Amino acid sequence: MMLSTATLYALCGAAMIGIGVYGFIVRAHLLRRVLAFNVIGSGVFLFLGALGYRAPQAGADPVPHALIITGIVVALSLTALAVALVLKHAEEAGRAVLPEEDREET
Amino acid sequence: MGALLTLPLLELTVGLPLAATLLAIVSGRFSSGLVLGIGPAMLALAVLLCLAVGSHGPLEVAVGGWAVPLGIALGADGLSAVFVMTGAIIMPAVALFARRAFGSDPAETTQSFTFWPLFFAMWAALNAIFVGRDLFNFYVALELLTLTAVAMVAYGGTAAALRYMIFALMGSLAYMTGVALLYASAATLDIGLLSEAIEPDRAVVLAGGLMTAGLLAKTALFPLHAWLPPAHGNAPAPASALLSALVVKASFFIIVRIWFHVMPDAQSPWLVQTLGLLGACAVIYGSLLAIRQGRLKLVIAYSTVAQIGYLFFIFPLADGSAFALPWAAGAWTGGIFHALSHAFAKAALFLAAGLIIEALGHDRIADMKGIARALPMTMAAFGLAALSIMGLPPSGGFMAKYLMLTSALAGGQIFYALVMIAGGLLAVIYLFRPLNAAFAGSHVPEIAPVPKARQTIPLALALIATIIGLASSIPYQFLQIGLPEVLEGGTE
Repeated sequence: MMLSTATLYALCGAAMIGIGVYGFIVRAHLLRRVLAFNVIGSGVFLFLGALGYRAPQAGADPVPHALIITGIVVALSLTALAVALVLKHAEEAGRAVLPEEDREET
Repeated sequence: MGALLTLPLLELTVGLPLAATLLAIVSGRFSSGLVLGIGPAMLALAVLLCLAVGSHGPLEVAVGGWAVPLGIALGADGLSAVFVMTGAIIMPAVALFARRAFGSDPAETTQSFTFWPLFFAMWAALNAIFVGRDLFNFYVALELLTLTAVAMVAYGGTAAALRYMIFALMGSLAYMTGVALLYASAATLDIGLLSEAIEPDRAVVLAGGLMTAGLLAKTALFPLHAWLPPAHGNAPAPASALLSALVVKASFFIIVRIWFHVMPDAQSPWLVQTLGLLGACAVIYGSLLAIRQGRLKLVIAYSTVAQIGYLFFIFPLADGSAFALPWAAGAWTGGIFHALSHAFAKAALFLAAGLIIEALGHDRIADMKGIARALPMTMAAFGLAALSIMGLPPSGGFMAKYLMLTSALAGGQIFYALVMIAGGLLAVIYLFRPLNAAFAGSHVPEIAPVPKARQTIPLALALIATIIGLASSIPYQFLQIGLPEVLEGGTE
């Protein structure tokens, strides 16, 4: 079976979501969690972008693109707030890990 | 009355608080006074919106003249109108209360500068959800809401804010993935178009499940509630009131929109029973933990965990497979009633707790003996609001539980009826402890003075929670406007 370009991108997006979710759950360091959030987000956007190109003869569907751009802005502002909070927490607690998950990382 | 429809009511409900957000940023130390102008304007707008919906039925506008599916519509039915109205009463009340803690007198502080833009942005996000007609617009509004809510929680401690943020980030990604899947299967995100186009196949059910899971994390339904008590319990009292009364209801509102307006056919027995069981666990677990708390604000926060559980009883009680049954509409309306009366009662409880903290400097229940004699008006507000949370007549909470209980019994769902009764009894226990301490002894404790004017705010909110029960027919009739089609067979 031949993979179409769009399907390949959609599968890559799904793989990124998987990698991100793994990182989000396994890593206790808060900065890594923020990164994992961004990896998942990129995966979702890649998946969404691939959806817009499912019928190449009809041209690309512009709606997913608009959604992705808006989504990136939202993700960026959430990331900014999250990083600011992580910095504040690290200043106060000395470590960028939530108290209940504070164990030595390998 | 036709002139009402020519006013840009829906656009202003979202646009006005958004404009106020910008104004609050530039107006510096005057920003705490902004609400004196914006509050009455928003209240008037909400009244006009209710009148318009009441006389003309559900409204819908294509913003900027762009029709769906290209444009994004705003719309209001009875459900939207009562939530906008609830927000238009609670937000200004909390703002008046917050003017002391977050005012610029004598000097401007970080908190007094940041609170007001956050406050108005939160209002805009709430209204954008209540009048939203587009699933992606819900996402944007929900993220704006999360942003403001997390920032307000951060006033009380960064660890609590981060814990909330982690749940919220996961929730927003799950919701976004669901939206992507739904767009893949239906090629539209408008609620009206979706409800016609949608086929309940596997992809759609998966999309609905992902969106719901994400929203549950933001609503803090058991077992995703762990972030709520520290976040709501440690934030400043006005912030806690907004978070418990309105913010968690907004994500619940979207869940209702998804399952009753967009894809009612996709409701399966498995789904409705899961949501109902999680709700039942929340009621029992949240109440038991509320009993064990030593601090007043934590008791109220765990009570929110418990009360959120009741909201999800509408799924099994207005069961998808039994929509045509006469009690389905009653159960649905009862659940919405519960969301409204809980909003007023919980805002009153948190503000009353805030006044007690100002008077005593702490909120340890064991050390507040006799506070009722020093702050009689505040404790009256606390007691009235507590009646509504316990579900005793004649409060709004009683009407809500009565509607849900009768539909549970009519539908033979004895389990949920028993959980509701048990939840009511547990609420009596956990709210009796602070009340008992407040009336204990016979001396009048030494307290820092609390102005009478500020004590009237929680009292007014608690009175509204009671009036909802006494004059329940007005909101009841109102909620039937634009009732989900699936429930129409069940109106009685």
